[in-house]
Amino acid sequence: MRPEDLLQPRPEGLYCPPGDFYIDPVRPVERALVTHGHADHARPGNVRVLATAQTLDIMAIRYGADFAKERQVAALGEALTINGVDVSFHPAGHVLGSAQIAVAKDGMKIVASGDYKPRPDPTCAAFEPIACDVFITEATFALPVFRHPDDRAEIQKLLRSLRQFPDRAHLVGAYALGKAQRVIRLLRDEGHEDTIYIHGALKTLCDYYESQGIALGPLAPATVDNASKGAFAAAIVVGPPSAFADRWARRFPDPVSCFASGWMRVRQRAKQRGVELPLILSDHADWDELVDTITTIAPSEVWVTHGREEALVRWCETKGIRARPLHLIGYEDEAE
Amino acid sequence: MKRFAELLDRLVLTPSRNGKLKLMVDYFNEVPDPERGLALAAITRDLSIASIKPAMLRGLVEERVDPVLFALSYDYLGDLAETIALIWPVGEDRPQGANDAPTLLEVVETLHAATRAKAPALVADWLDRLDASGRYALIKLVTGGMRIGVSARLAKQALADFGKVDVTAIEELWHGLDIPYLPLFAWLEGHTDKPANLAAAPFRPVMLATAIEDGDLDKLDPADYAAEWKWDGIRVQATAEGGVRRLYTRTGDDISATFPDLMEHLNFEGSMDGELLVGHRSGDLLDDGRQRIEIGSFGDLQQRLNRKIVSAKTIESYPAFIRAYDLMQDGDRDVRAEPFRERRRRLERFVQHLDPERFDISPLVPFDDWSQIVDFRSEPPHPIIEGLMLKRWDSAYVPGRPRGPWFKWKREPFLIDAVLMYAQRGHGKRSSFYSDYTFGVWKGVPEDGELVPVGKAYFGFTDEELKQIDKYVRDNTVERFGPVRSVRANLKTGLVLEIAFEGLNRSARHKSGVAMRFPRISRLRWDKPAREADTLETLEKMLP
Repeated sequence: MRPEDLLQPRPEGLYCPPGDFYIDPVRPVERALVTHGHADHARPGNVRVLATAQTLDIMAIRYGADFAKERQVAALGEALTINGVDVSFHPAGHVLGSAQIAVAKDGMKIVASGDYKPRPDPTCAAFEPIACDVFITEATFALPVFRHPDDRAEIQKLLRSLRQFPDRAHLVGAYALGKAQRVIRLLRDEGHEDTIYIHGALKTLCDYYESQGIALGPLAPATVDNASKGAFAAAIVVGPPSAFADRWARRFPDPVSCFASGWMRVRQRAKQRGVELPLILSDHADWDELVDTITTIAPSEVWVTHGREEALVRWCETKGIRARPLHLIGYEDEAE
Repeated sequence: MKRFAELLDRLVLTPSRNGKLKLMVDYFNEVPDPERGLALAAITRDLSIASIKPAMLRGLVEERVDPVLFALSYDYLGDLAETIALIWPVGEDRPQGANDAPTLLEVVETLHAATRAKAPALVADWLDRLDASGRYALIKLVTGGMRIGVSARLAKQALADFGKVDVTAIEELWHGLDIPYLPLFAWLEGHTDKPANLAAAPFRPVMLATAIEDGDLDKLDPADYAAEWKWDGIRVQATAEGGVRRLYTRTGDDISATFPDLMEHLNFEGSMDGELLVGHRSGDLLDDGRQRIEIGSFGDLQQRLNRKIVSAKTIESYPAFIRAYDLMQDGDRDVRAEPFRERRRRLERFVQHLDPERFDISPLVPFDDWSQIVDFRSEPPHPIIEGLMLKRWDSAYVPGRPRGPWFKWKREPFLIDAVLMYAQRGHGKRSSFYSDYTFGVWKGVPEDGELVPVGKAYFGFTDEELKQIDKYVRDNTVERFGPVRSVRANLKTGLVLEIAFEGLNRSARHKSGVAMRFPRISRLRWDKPAREADTLETLEKMLP
């Protein structure tokens, strides 16, 4: 079997003809396999959805319990068969519940990794490299200028600024699913025990993380009531990045605006957004991690999707690995 | 170097003045000599370092990474220093975080002693030893591109805050100090007395005026005050002592190099305060047969400002001269404690001996009562006059801005009604507000419906008004471009802003062909229909 007979891009998403299912479809389909709960990968309106239990929970939180007619849980590592195609889910290390999806038939195995990050993350299961013939990799940060620094050093940067400007609230922009909880958990790991204030949009997801055994410490809503008590001086406030450009942010006196994102590596991006303290924290693999992963898995072919495909395809070519861009539409850059 | 790199990273992204000061003060507190002094010199751009060409850095990086990947990365980021800093591969034998980053001292001294041919290897070694942020700082340092939004003046203010002294004390000492400023830091930390200023032709902290406010004049006796015109150039201090000549701005920046034509004529012993103006040759002849220089506009002056290299042609076309206001040093005599009346007499004698093409005296404006001053202010005899100065006859020349001895009374600003076209989100406290406004006027007749942008303003309104404009912007957004919104502006709908500004210049850079000086929003004209806003033609008539 040729790999493109097993998985192929269609306008709806990545399609498996023999199994008659889509992976992360961007339009409603009959049967969807979903890698993780971010809105550009997990959309409502499919008839049947197969995903990890945590991804299904997250979709229910975001879209309501009726986001699909039929839900099926895929346990990590469990061997499933759909219309004669072998399917298995493996941890991707991206956010809670995130998985790579391995698809195999007649000796051809393709791994669609969705979004992934190999470095340890206290809020989700660690990425596992899966041997395969074709590895489908994301390319969000696929330029050699993107090398994410050590997470702890970035969190230390935030804590240092908090000590330096003790009368200013530190507003941390972080994507509501995954990044926000990771920032909070990393702060706890670095010994920050104070109450962390959160934007309303984060509440249910933070509660869900707690229910899954990820302790986030004392959290409180960043409400105007708390603001009037002057509670936000010296406090860390976490909210979705879009909220900081919004009227919501006006309750904080003279805040230091921070943004936790891999894009913060680029000074101009930080400057444009008016970010005073960029925190380079990404839930995607950086350049070194992308090439290390490909080297480890050693697939005979690499398909590169969403991001800077050209650079990663070029790197594969210089290493003698067959590679091509896979033009999927509808996936966004992280938190942009 | 690591701490310095972190300081630069924070300074670049911190919009507030107080935030920047705090970052610098903390740095001076935490970092020992001589490192902090070198950092200070780097920030004030006084650190001269053997310059490395960007092409050389590019060559270094292309030896180490795939040129195609480098090109893709550079194309994506659009900034060479940043691309090199981020893409530089960390050697296998040098794990990231190894504690052998070079100090500023090592970089400055080694590079100073090195031959040109050795420089690339040195830079490569340092790049290996630094992290991405450190590499960026190093590249900025060695290529001389230290633009971080901190003026020398702000750095001096940080020193003043650090040592809890007045900033004028720092300005006064500044030009007598050598990098890395050890006696300065020792004094600011309270270990030693204030260092003596041993520099020849030092800067003398400038005396500034406060603005006249409503009712001020009623309390003042006209007989106590001299009046003179306030010229629209740049305030300077010209000093020549013991063979050393210097031209300082009012904050003590040395701008001698920008005005070599003027420096030639500083053939005196003393220090004067005046307005630097540029002119062009007129038809009038001086006694010696040369053409008199006629005073030029602020636009002419801009031809000479902020330029690293001034061409001979520019110098010839826009000769610089000084219109003298005051005298602080007369030969070997410090006359600052003398009353203004006495200093003025000295100044008249002093200027007599100077080249009349390059020096004249700002004339006093005789008056008997304040009503005359009110008239002079509204009808100044020359377009380059921006108002009047009132100086007490008995005032000593003291540094800073004491209230009482000197007043300034600027002329009324120009006013136009313009239409809000674009709004951009602010920074810091204003990051949730659309607070920077681009406004335009009608091109041709309003009925043509074409607005042309003529300026940008981000202050002049109250916090309450800011909220109202912000709401208007959000409710009337037509298009978004990143942090900028295009706002509905046509004959029927549009927010009219009354814009006040100090003057207008022709500008080839702006689509409208005009550029405003110091525009700000003076009133929100919610009542005024957009079609009644001004036209470009009205604006053009205000050109000098």
